[in-house]
Amino acid sequence: MTLEIVVMDAIVNLLKLAVTQLSPDVKHALARAREEETSDVARTQLDAILKNVDMAEKMETPICQDTGIQMFYLRVGSDFPIIAKLTQILREAVKRATETIPLRPNAVHPFTRENSGDNTGEYAPYIDWEVFAGDTLELTALPKGFGSEMMSTLTMLTPGEGIRGLKKFVIDTIITAGARPCPPVILGIGVGGGADSVMKLARKAVLRPVDKRHEDPKVAMLEEELLKLVNETGIGPMGLGGKTTVLGVNVEYAHTHTAALPVGVIVQCWAARKASARIWPDGRVEYLTHKGSE
Amino acid sequence: MTEYHLKTPIWEADVRKLKVGDIIYVTGTMFTARDEAHRRASEYYREGKKLPIDLSGLILYHCGPIVKRVNEEWKVVAAGPTTSTRMELFEDEFMKNFNVRVVIGKGGMGPKTTEGMKNFGAVYCAFTGGTAVLAAKSIRKVERVEWLDLGMPEAVWVFDVEDFGPLIVAIDSHGNNLYNDIMKQVKQTKEKIYKQIGITK
Repeated sequence: MTLEIVVMDAIVNLLKLAVTQLSPDVKHALARAREEETSDVARTQLDAILKNVDMAEKMETPICQDTGIQMFYLRVGSDFPIIAKLTQILREAVKRATETIPLRPNAVHPFTRENSGDNTGEYAPYIDWEVFAGDTLELTALPKGFGSEMMSTLTMLTPGEGIRGLKKFVIDTIITAGARPCPPVILGIGVGGGADSVMKLARKAVLRPVDKRHEDPKVAMLEEELLKLVNETGIGPMGLGGKTTVLGVNVEYAHTHTAALPVGVIVQCWAARKASARIWPDGRVEYLTHKGSE
Repeated sequence: MTEYHLKTPIWEADVRKLKVGDIIYVTGTMFTARDEAHRRASEYYREGKKLPIDLSGLILYHCGPIVKRVNEEWKVVAAGPTTSTRMELFEDEFMKNFNVRVVIGKGGMGPKTTEGMKNFGAVYCAFTGGTAVLAAKSIRKVERVEWLDLGMPEAVWVFDVEDFGPLIVAIDSHGNNLYNDIMKQVKQTKEKIYKQIGITK
């Protein structure tokens, strides 16, 4: 088997794993939320979610019908052999996955609203590249539903507004979103950088497991404080009231301009679909988020 | 909190008895419509054109399913609800124009729909967002599809469903809106949270 085919198969597999099986950190957080909720309505919602997650995994069927826009995060070793072919392989893999899993064809032209039918198109799938010195390829598939994506926000705060302003912005984002993004959600928060890079940081934050705090203790403290504050709102599962509005809050930061404090919030629904794998030049594949899927 | 099992066709008298917080299960004919189908249906109505299917008494589901063609038949793979607020623009007119009494979706709807439901006699029911496999299990058959040119998610899919639920009545025909009640409490809590983080307006 050529490396091209190995990579193609791995991408299709990652999409399938992502849309049919939640990663262990999210499953665990949902189960814990079910235990902590005391109202009947909130419990009904979480029971339905847990049952659905279980059925989807057993039946190998997408958890949610909105299988999203396909986004890929690549960490490419500079010595990985087929770098120039990866864009084409990703496009072909998305077409194949759309037909075989199947995924819902979601990609439409923004002006004509015409659906391409196979989830590809202009800049679709979205590919984010990061290069490092090495010879492996790390691939993360993030099929992102738009019920939650529609609620994502960006603000350019002033330094004077500071961390207090950041906290207010996060609270306002979640309250404005209300029931719409399918709570309990996961919040990815980017702080610093510029307008586009802060959103990229927020996306990166979403990809981190919900039970893993930032390595900087001060940032970790902020994550925990935000989690507590957001859950105090009482929006609850599906916006029908309860203790669990978010399953986790992850923050990533970058140095920024002395005049600004950019803050970006990516809202991720409970069906946080993500799957990663590492591929070696000899064709070995190791699944990182869904261990044992080789 | 009472439990009801309703069958299509569903008329005004069937929904007037429902109150927010009630649990219902529905059986019969359900059709999907999202943004594009609502837009086209309202155009048809304005132009006096007939819809390809009579929606009277049927259940409207805010949903863009994943369906798969197996030989001559369509099979539903996943069919959870979509965010209903996007249809707020159309819904009060849509219900009246096409005589639809039950709307299912997620996330709730706004004041225009709540008022429309009170005047016309209709209810909005919440199905747990993202639970697409649970939903698909209650769909016995795809009866037909219309306006497939809008793409799979936006087309009008007509399903034969059995005991589809549990659905929570979230907007009833008496002006009550469960989401508003929750959000009112949330806004009060917000002031407390602001104080905690040192925001003084």
